[in-house]
Amino acid sequence: MTPVGRGTTSQAPARPHTTDRDTLIADQTSITNQESDAAVDNSKLTSLLHGLPGVDQVGLEGRAATLATRSIKKDSKIWAIDTAISMVDLTTLEGMDTDGKVRSLCAKALHPDPTDPTCPAVAAVCVYGDLVATTRACVADRIHVAAVATAFPSGRASMEVKLMDTKQAVADGADEIDMVIDRGAFLAGNYAKVFEEIVAVKEACGDAHLKVILETGELKTYDNVRRASWLAMHAGADFIKTSTGKVSPAATLPVTLLMLEAVRDFADQTGTRIGVKAAGGIKTSKDAIRYLVMVNETVGEGWLNPDMFRFGASSLLNDLLMQRQRMRDGHYSGPDYVTID
Amino acid sequence: MSRVDVRKTHKLFIGGAFPRSESGRTYEVTDSKEQFLANMALASRKDARDAVLAARSAVAKWSAATAYNRGQVLYRIAEVMEGRREQFISEVSDSEGVSSRKAGAHVDAAIDRWVWYAGWADKYAQVIGNTNPVAGPFFNFSVPEPTGVVAAVAPQDASILGLVSVVAPIIVTGNAVIVMPSSSRPIPAITLAECLATSDVPAGVVNILTGAPAEVMPWLAEHADVNALDLTGIVDEGVATDLQRSAAGTVKRVRGAAPHANWQATPSLSRMRAFVEVKTVWHPMGV
Amino acid sequence: MPFDYAPAPESRSIVDIESNYGLFIGGSFTEPTSGEFFKTINPATEEVLSEVAEAGQADVDAAVAAARRAYDKTWSKMSGKDRAKYIFRIARLIQERSRELAVLETLDNGKPIRESRDVDLPLVAAHFFYHAGWADKLEFAGYGPDPKSLGVAAQVIPWNFPLLMLAWKVAPALACGNTVVLKPAETTPLTALAFADICQQAGLPPGVVNIITGAGETGRMLVEHPDVDKVAFTGSTEVGKAIQRAVAGTKKKLTLELGGKAANIVFDDAPIDQAIEGIVNGIYFNQGHVCCAGSRLLLQESIADEALASLKRRLTTLRLGDPLDKNTDIGAINSSMQLSKIEELTAAGEAEGAERWSPTCPIPDKGFWFPPTLFTNVTQAHRIAREEIFGPVLSVLTFRTPEEAVAKANNTPFGLSAGIWTEKGSRTLWMANQMRAGIVWANTFNRFDPASPFGGFKESGFGREGGVQGLGAYLNVEDPS
Repeated sequence: MTPVGRGTTSQAPARPHTTDRDTLIADQTSITNQESDAAVDNSKLTSLLHGLPGVDQVGLEGRAATLATRSIKKDSKIWAIDTAISMVDLTTLEGMDTDGKVRSLCAKALHPDPTDPTCPAVAAVCVYGDLVATTRACVADRIHVAAVATAFPSGRASMEVKLMDTKQAVADGADEIDMVIDRGAFLAGNYAKVFEEIVAVKEACGDAHLKVILETGELKTYDNVRRASWLAMHAGADFIKTSTGKVSPAATLPVTLLMLEAVRDFADQTGTRIGVKAAGGIKTSKDAIRYLVMVNETVGEGWLNPDMFRFGASSLLNDLLMQRQRMRDGHYSGPDYVTID
Repeated sequence: MSRVDVRKTHKLFIGGAFPRSESGRTYEVTDSKEQFLANMALASRKDARDAVLAARSAVAKWSAATAYNRGQVLYRIAEVMEGRREQFISEVSDSEGVSSRKAGAHVDAAIDRWVWYAGWADKYAQVIGNTNPVAGPFFNFSVPEPTGVVAAVAPQDASILGLVSVVAPIIVTGNAVIVMPSSSRPIPAITLAECLATSDVPAGVVNILTGAPAEVMPWLAEHADVNALDLTGIVDEGVATDLQRSAAGTVKRVRGAAPHANWQATPSLSRMRAFVEVKTVWHPMGV
Repeated sequence: MPFDYAPAPESRSIVDIESNYGLFIGGSFTEPTSGEFFKTINPATEEVLSEVAEAGQADVDAAVAAARRAYDKTWSKMSGKDRAKYIFRIARLIQERSRELAVLETLDNGKPIRESRDVDLPLVAAHFFYHAGWADKLEFAGYGPDPKSLGVAAQVIPWNFPLLMLAWKVAPALACGNTVVLKPAETTPLTALAFADICQQAGLPPGVVNIITGAGETGRMLVEHPDVDKVAFTGSTEVGKAIQRAVAGTKKKLTLELGGKAANIVFDDAPIDQAIEGIVNGIYFNQGHVCCAGSRLLLQESIADEALASLKRRLTTLRLGDPLDKNTDIGAINSSMQLSKIEELTAAGEAEGAERWSPTCPIPDKGFWFPPTLFTNVTQAHRIAREEIFGPVLSVLTFRTPEEAVAKANNTPFGLSAGIWTEKGSRTLWMANQMRAGIVWANTFNRFDPASPFGGFKESGFGREGGVQGLGAYLNVEDPS
């Protein structure tokens, strides 16, 4: 399986730096202390993050709302639906998950529409770490297996536990890890701790690619989301992800727009391309298409593929399938014509 | 043989729904000739408690709605009431013992009163609020904000016009209200509740408890989650004084009794002023 | 491009356009006495939409007489409460017929359907709704205990927001008890004529609103009519000055809303992504046909290069094309005459040495189009920094300090609007205080509301529309002596 995210742009290198903070960004190691490469200097990191441009809530939400008025029809709608399906991380994250549930989900992931073999498979199946082995056995190498890790969803556990969580999932066959950041540390201003955890988890991932969940619903302000995005990208995230889906609000159009702007600017400055995953609360095809429009008009076609953009969702898939059937058959579909997973 | 009609069961209006009183009690309402009209729900303190919960949960969204939106909702109430004009006229005529023509004038005035207050929604802040030219490099402005949850008593006479005159200014300013209509003439209040339920008024913004103010109001006057009282319809001065005393326990804003005001006259701003808090903000102006 | 948006046209079938329209006088449509008609076209396709009447002197006389009769016999005698109800009815009818009116506006004006649907029409309804509520509350507006109306108002409006400009004129006039004769712009008469139909549906007493179509001559005859008490004009500064000269020495009250050359000022601490949106919205919204457009971008020099790069990148996602397509961002230029003016000034810009840039933009064969354009290396001395282009053309200048931004922003005979982008609240308020402009937008741009007064300083005009202040234009507020 080819690892995803963290591609290098083939375009021109980053623009010339004109401010102190750009120097900090360009040279990541200057964030660390002189004495020890491992320890991160919190005050330097703070200056960097607090020096990022602010976000006007009203303006951001207004832009997202205008983008949401795009009317996607006919061929472009068919393309968008198929693309969205191929970007789904089909997810089950419940206390009552069993091997049986996971097998059912995997079958659905590989063949979402049993009546139509032209329907694309999803990008990944996303499960708790202790179900990874079952998942991998079901899907073999055909799609990605993503595991949530690091004491998902709260992130409240020791570093040892979080790293063990990660390593076991990778050992069992996960090729993608969705970790959560320590929101408590972030809100307390201990950015260095958040940074170091991401670095450590990334190392524990080995070849697996790392999605870093910001849990935007707990970060509350858009300024915080921007800062957390930059922190995660500098620390080595392959993807930044909005939410665990366990806290409301989860993914929203404005917050995802903001994260897309962050990856765009990061790519401009460093040449490194990071992916974005919008998770939780995305239920309808209409929603999903709106996200694709936002990707298209913010970061461009380079991100319109499952290697750079994902939907973390469960019920969304069936709505996409029903819309796909509608486009194919010319009439509205119904729940009896898509499978439960 | 004339048609046998289907008679209405009159219930309370709480949180957008029509429950019976949790006490199961009712009381008889008669017309001006002592003929039986209906059994009304007799609200209890627990109904009042539930109404406060409904009002409180409605206030956040209602006060955050744009003024334009609130204005349109109030105008919609007028539209729906207009559609039921004949029903209101017949109920007012029966309840108050007046001619259809007189009842018609009352009902028309009540509908027009909604229109009047609807037009205030996006204006009262311009008249009650302002900027203040303080002596210093500061931008200083005062804005009226809703006080929150108001418990009100509507006039005993003027069954619909008095009720609307009390409720409209409270909700146009972003508050939620628990109102006790006239206990002797409560039927038009229930028809009004039906209008509210079908006019895009969010659940809990208006709650109507039929019954005896003397029994229920003391609980509301003491309730720590009620911000203000409107004692307009209290006739007994002793009762009014007691309620004012109870209100002091949580420093509620109180609008006093005015049971026999001239409801036909164009209102002043005082009923809107009574239920807003003025917030003043300072901000430096400097490069 | 994998994600090309397929055409998504709004259906035209919702609107019925007559082949010709008469003049709306005294509550009904009548033929013009001259028998003259002129065509109105769709600027995106150049197809003829309809023929409308050319009102001559006799028609103007009849319209003013109808307005006077309605004022004397009906409207001035009517209670504010009743006037309010008619205006509320109009507001609700506009809401009901919003989609139809939006499509009609787009066909006649060339603006994208998304704008007419999401911006113009909701504001039109809101203006009538807001002003309806003032009709019976004038004693609370700060103009005395019983403010009186003026009488007959002559109103001449431009082509850039046809129905919205009509709402800005008619709503307060009616609310304050006046009757009106309104002349829409000659290139955009159709929504005004549809409004006449709405007045009929609302049961508005005949003669309270009269709509006469025609060009500059008709407008001149209307404002110069001796039996008009009030003149309200929105349009070019040149015509505004002519009107001001024409009413000199008469008792007519006058308000003018003229051109602008607004500065949109971006500081180094601006919320940059939202500032870019605000810049785009400020000059490319409505194809730049906006009197309060942010047509001069003042970038703080320390962030100028970055901001410009972001702006150019953003402009590449603007979609120019069929105004009826729901995904169109930039519609047609309203007329060939306006297009010539824009072309002349942009040519002047290049000749003066400013550097011109546009994103690659496929232009349709028929119709009048101009791609979003920006000029860098512009200074205050350039024509493109001083004259109103009224098109999708942005002039970019730089500044070093707040004081310099203020000086450059105010260095113009215009004074309609200004934009300020900074995260620092005290600077926002300090800058706002310094701006010689009637509207200051901070961290936003081109926001309108009937409750918010709109109007200019200096040669951008005088008088305000909207809010409590806007009522003053239509009330008799002079001292009795």
